[in-house]
Amino acid sequence: MTVSSPPVKLEKPPQNYLNWAFGIKSWLLTTDHKRIAILYLITVTLFFALGGLAASLVRFELITPQGDLMSADNYNKSFTLHGMLMVFFFLIPGIPAVMGNFLIPLMIGAKDLAFPRLNLASWYVFMVGGLFTMTVIVVGGVDTGWTFYTPYSSTYSNGAVILAALGIFAAGFASIFTAINFVVTIHKMRAPGLTWFRLPLFVWAHYATSIIILLGTPVLAITILMVGIERMFKIGIFDPALGGDPLLFQHLFWFYSHPAVYIMVLPSMGVISELITAFTRRRIFGYKAIALSSLAIALLGFLVWGHHMFVSGQSVYAGLVFSAITFMVAIPSAIKVFNWTATLFKGTISFTTPMLYALGFIGLFTIGGLTGLFLGAAAVDVHVTDTYFVVAHFHYVMVGATIMAYMGAIHFWWPKITGKLYNEGWGISSAIIIFVGFNLTFMPQFIMGYLGMPRRYYAYPDEFQIYHIASSAGAAILAFGYVLPLFYLLYSLFFGPKAGDNPWNAKGLEWTTASPPPHENFEETPIVTEEAYAYPVPQKAEVTSGA
Amino acid sequence: MTTEQHSTTHHVMPVRTYLIVFALLMVLLAATIGVAFLHLGPFNRIVALTIALAKAGLIMTYFMHLRYSSKLALVFAGMGFFWLVIMLLIGMGDYIARGTIPGTF
Repeated sequence: MTVSSPPVKLEKPPQNYLNWAFGIKSWLLTTDHKRIAILYLITVTLFFALGGLAASLVRFELITPQGDLMSADNYNKSFTLHGMLMVFFFLIPGIPAVMGNFLIPLMIGAKDLAFPRLNLASWYVFMVGGLFTMTVIVVGGVDTGWTFYTPYSSTYSNGAVILAALGIFAAGFASIFTAINFVVTIHKMRAPGLTWFRLPLFVWAHYATSIIILLGTPVLAITILMVGIERMFKIGIFDPALGGDPLLFQHLFWFYSHPAVYIMVLPSMGVISELITAFTRRRIFGYKAIALSSLAIALLGFLVWGHHMFVSGQSVYAGLVFSAITFMVAIPSAIKVFNWTATLFKGTISFTTPMLYALGFIGLFTIGGLTGLFLGAAAVDVHVTDTYFVVAHFHYVMVGATIMAYMGAIHFWWPKITGKLYNEGWGISSAIIIFVGFNLTFMPQFIMGYLGMPRRYYAYPDEFQIYHIASSAGAAILAFGYVLPLFYLLYSLFFGPKAGDNPWNAKGLEWTTASPPPHENFEETPIVTEEAYAYPVPQKAEVTSGA
Repeated sequence: MTTEQHSTTHHVMPVRTYLIVFALLMVLLAATIGVAFLHLGPFNRIVALTIALAKAGLIMTYFMHLRYSSKLALVFAGMGFFWLVIMLLIGMGDYIARGTIPGTF
């Protein structure tokens, strides 16, 4: 006799962008913005790791006052590589190309970005840029610093400069492609009912960022080309010996590279607005002020480049004007910080991993921003130019703000991207470790910079050693903090519990669709009927008197 | 506003227009080269820049289709021009005043 068991009905998992198609080709030729975001995520993580490795070499060398771990030349190459990789291949594409790519269509209720193929092209062009930069390492590296100041870069430095410049040129075009896509998508593809002042602030921030990228990056591209032309054809543009002006390079370079700081930090500010509202369960305080301050930063950010040149020999009158406008940039930045703080007031705050990163951001960005005012004051700047004070300042803005927001974003939207939940305990630990490690690394640099320790030196007087040791110890803690999420996030990918569509109970169109989202993002085009962050207004607690 | 309403009608320009614009650009190029051989003092630069502006204008109007574009595209093109002015104007501030030392107050 045979016993037949009832047929087991295997339930097919719901279709999503991850199981929509399989195989390496389906990834490398995808035009799905979500998959391209994942490609970018993997790539920028690799570049971040390489840039971090170069930073580790620098911090190792600086543990002792003597230059004993590597030669001065190799030290120069290490910090140049660190700067180049981190700025052009991690910080600038980081949040826009990964989080922006993934989230903007979801946040505005669209099926994809306006130009999906241009989006894929952007990643390929970015990879070509990365390839050039990797080749630079193989052929011996460059020692110009990430700023490529002329006439050193155009006349004296080795031949890899052109290769490095080409790498940055390509990476710049990748970000231009992304920016074009964002601008057109935000203008043309918003869901019905999603008016400009109902847009999530993340979208506003990316809109402002895209405008900066579109208006600034071509200037960098042409400047880099001119360095190449001068090197190869000896046409005098920047070299005084050929009739050029070296300061022209600095003008053009900083015309892009100062706004580039806002390319890095504006998307972070967009992230913070999302995190703060989700974890205080409150509508954002001063929505319009925050949205418009992003545009104000985009405009004012272009008018201050000369504050990088106070001691360069530029006209003192020009310095005066640049200094005055620099103080003005503080206003829209402060508007944001005050509004986030006001949102926290009387909010129902939950200290989750993304929220810890957001709170860390506010503190570190405030320190970074306020020390920027020290540097904007020309007289103080003369004292601390090219010292560790400057290094500490811009790391507080770029690492303290941008990477904190990047990490916060990864943790906040991880359940949406992967459909899985990570371990909250590990998440909170990593946020705290990164915050402690970061401050231990860069706070001593403010002090030694103010005391006169110059940047870009591989040997230094003994009196600075205590600060350098503290800084290197902090860097080790920081590195541990950055590696930790790699493990528990990957673990969650395979063994984590399912997240559900909206694990944070957050507002926003991206949370109304499945996790991970389906290939087309939404089964039906959503219709928006409420403003952003429409969290319920808390009821007043009833007070009952016992008497 | 909103939704996926793209303007799908693109203005198609006859090849003749492209050829005329191309010929005009070549004439302006010849003018640039010609002016370089004349000694007009400071006016050399002014003339060269004016011709360059005319060339850029032609390219933007016809080759980049600005003449038939939406107002939004015009706004963005205008922004690009405005930003160029910012760069040149503020940048020139340094070149004009460089080397002058302020007196003591």
